[in-house]
Amino acid sequence: MSGAGLDPKTAPTFPMAAKAMMGDVQLRKNVRHATDVIQEKRARVVSEMPDWQELREAGKQIRRHTMEHLDFYLEEFEANCTRAGGVVHWARDAEEARRIVIGLVKASGSDEVIKIKSMTTEEIQLNSALEAAGIHPYETDLAELIIQLGADRPSHIVVPALHKNREQIREIFQREMNLPELGGRPEDLADAARMFLREKFLRVKTAVSGANFLIAETGGVCVVESEGNGRMCLTLPETLITIAGIDKVLPRFQDLEVMLQLLPRSATGERMNPYNSIWTGVDGASAGDGLRDGARDGLRDGPRVFHVVLMDNARTEILADDEGRQTLNCIRCGACQNVCPVYRQTGGHAYGSVYAGPIGAILTPQLQEMHHAQSLPYASSLCGACYEVCPVKINIPEVLIHLRNKVVKQNTAGVAGLFDVEAGAMKAMALIFRSERRFRAAQRLGRIAERPLVRRDAQGEGWIGWLPGLLGGWTQARDLGEMPKETFRDWWERRGENGN
Amino acid sequence: MRVSLFITCYNDTLFPETGKAVVRVLERLGHTVEFPQGQTCCGQMHYNTGYQAEAMPLLSRFVEQFKGAEAVVVPSSSCVAMMRDHYPKMALAIGRVELIAEVDALLPKVFEFSEFLTKRLGLEDVGAYYPHRVTYHASCHGLRNLVLGDGPMRLLKAVRGIDLVELQGLEQCCGFGGTFAVKNADVSSAMLAEKTTAVLNTKAEACTACDNSCLMHIQGALHRQRTGVKTVHLAEILAGDEGALR
Ligand code: SF4
Repeated sequence: MSGAGLDPKTAPTFPMAAKAMMGDVQLRKNVRHATDVIQEKRARVVSEMPDWQELREAGKQIRRHTMEHLDFYLEEFEANCTRAGGVVHWARDAEEARRIVIGLVKASGSDEVIKIKSMTTEEIQLNSALEAAGIHPYETDLAELIIQLGADRPSHIVVPALHKNREQIREIFQREMNLPELGGRPEDLADAARMFLREKFLRVKTAVSGANFLIAETGGVCVVESEGNGRMCLTLPETLITIAGIDKVLPRFQDLEVMLQLLPRSATGERMNPYNSIWTGVDGASAGDGLRDGARDGLRDGPRVFHVVLMDNARTEILADDEGRQTLNCIRCGACQNVCPVYRQTGGHAYGSVYAGPIGAILTPQLQEMHHAQSLPYASSLCGACYEVCPVKINIPEVLIHLRNKVVKQNTAGVAGLFDVEAGAMKAMALIFRSERRFRAAQRLGRIAERPLVRRDAQGEGWIGWLPGLLGGWTQARDLGEMPKETFRDWWERRGENGN
Repeated sequence: MRVSLFITCYNDTLFPETGKAVVRVLERLGHTVEFPQGQTCCGQMHYNTGYQAEAMPLLSRFVEQFKGAEAVVVPSSSCVAMMRDHYPKMALAIGRVELIAEVDALLPKVFEFSEFLTKRLGLEDVGAYYPHRVTYHASCHGLRNLVLGDGPMRLLKAVRGIDLVELQGLEQCCGFGGTFAVKNADVSSAMLAEKTTAVLNTKAEACTACDNSCLMHIQGALHRQRTGVKTVHLAEILAGDEGALR
């Protein structure tokens, strides 16, 4: 039922994928419209916060502190979660995480699972692994349900179906839910999804969830959402399996005060999420509540079995990199995607990864330990809009440049590096800039070299309309003015030190 | 004041009129201008493309050329952003103690051109005359890294004869981004198309900015589309020479 996942290992390079996306006029229109709407809402609710910049700083400090002591807080989380009756598992990589989850689902005795809030499961392509193991996953987040029914792929970390408009969603529901009469109003679509999902909620006994935050102090898992489907998944099934990256931990319960102000405003432009669920341990484990065993039975609420899979999947490598580390501070609000002029043109699929936009451009190659997705750090004009909007002040442009350096080092290593055209040009330019004499010679040479390419326009001005090789991208849509006859420094010399 | 000019490799080679205009404005305001001959490039292109090692010697070179300066004026917001955002940590990486100290002492004296006028000299009216319809594009580095705010706009508003029209999506990137325009030519072109549409909608004769890199990009498309609309660096408007409208 679900489409092939977004796999950075096999995805085409960003420029190639982007070129293909540029032709999808409907998708680009949907993306721009949706991001405009969210951005506008975000701007409104952020502007009503007099202390927004202080909150951002607090958010950054909390996240930075957490990353500096991640081992400590993870162990604290494990101890407190276990005490509350949960079982904590550690997964080194995607493969191990998939194996653990599949084993836990099988142990629960179910061959179906309901799922919620699970970009992490997208990261590890859990759905196809579950299906291969004979387990059927049902997405219950409305947007992810649309993706699943449409055999599509998510294009945004908060609004996975952002690239679809309402009419397209109606068509998917009509087809997949067998509702030929379905209307196109938002209420009609919501009703259809509700009917479809309610049956799953009541029938399926095992749930897989992601997590927005893990709270070390209490051992609790926090999930925030707008539809309430997550709460259904957290409370109705008998077995709950939460899978989270190790970067999701927060030290104290009180830290939520900051995060739950930053996250919903940045993500969907809401003052607060309609549903904020914090799940700690299993039902009945809180023996200190003074109820007799029998009395508690009637109050049963939530799973009897609760597992948390803490997944590394290259996060410790990121942690070990001083400059890349701030990537882990991300709270997955998606604000950087909405504001990114590159994302707004291409949509999310061009990034070849579940993490798209600026955060994807820095997170994905690092999650791949710089073995794949090397074109992503270049998928940015470094305009800085992402940094400006990030609620935890991740300096995304700085990390992009840092990763570009890693890519260059990889590309120029060894013998192959000697034949890298770009590196050769860059090194030659650097050599030229290291001497004023060489620089002036290059300026003169440039004027001679460009001559065959220069054409005169009606005003008699010289313009270049075609450039060879690497520079050809420029002349695809732009002309280039001819070099002036005299450089500034030549003029300055001619003029004499004291003016003329 | 004795003002040292860093004209940047880009302006020196491709946009000498901008440098000349900076000289004209500063001298008209009564300052002494000097141009250290050994200057070349700030290293931005190398640094931002991932060739950090190649940018390092350019930092030392810049410091060597300008370390005695009273003020350094640069008619390029992205080059100033490069220096402010990256020079301190580059100096630390190089690890020469005196270089670190020199960078620390020098950076507060480095100003983008419009910033020098509004923030350092506290000016708005520099006595310019420019009788044309103009729109202003806020380059990303000026806007976000240097936080120029409405400084350039205030300078423009004080120009006599000018017909200043606001650009829709003023804060949107034009899609240049240095090597981005070449490496991701398709996306860059799409971003540029939005920008040139906005420029054309203003019916302005010229689009101005504090950075010739953006302007070269915008101009490239305006010329390709045979629009007749020009671009002109802010300094050339403030120099008040009608001939500056290329
Ligand atoms: S990088 Fe910042 S803005 Fe982007 S998703 Fe993460 S927290 Fe949000």
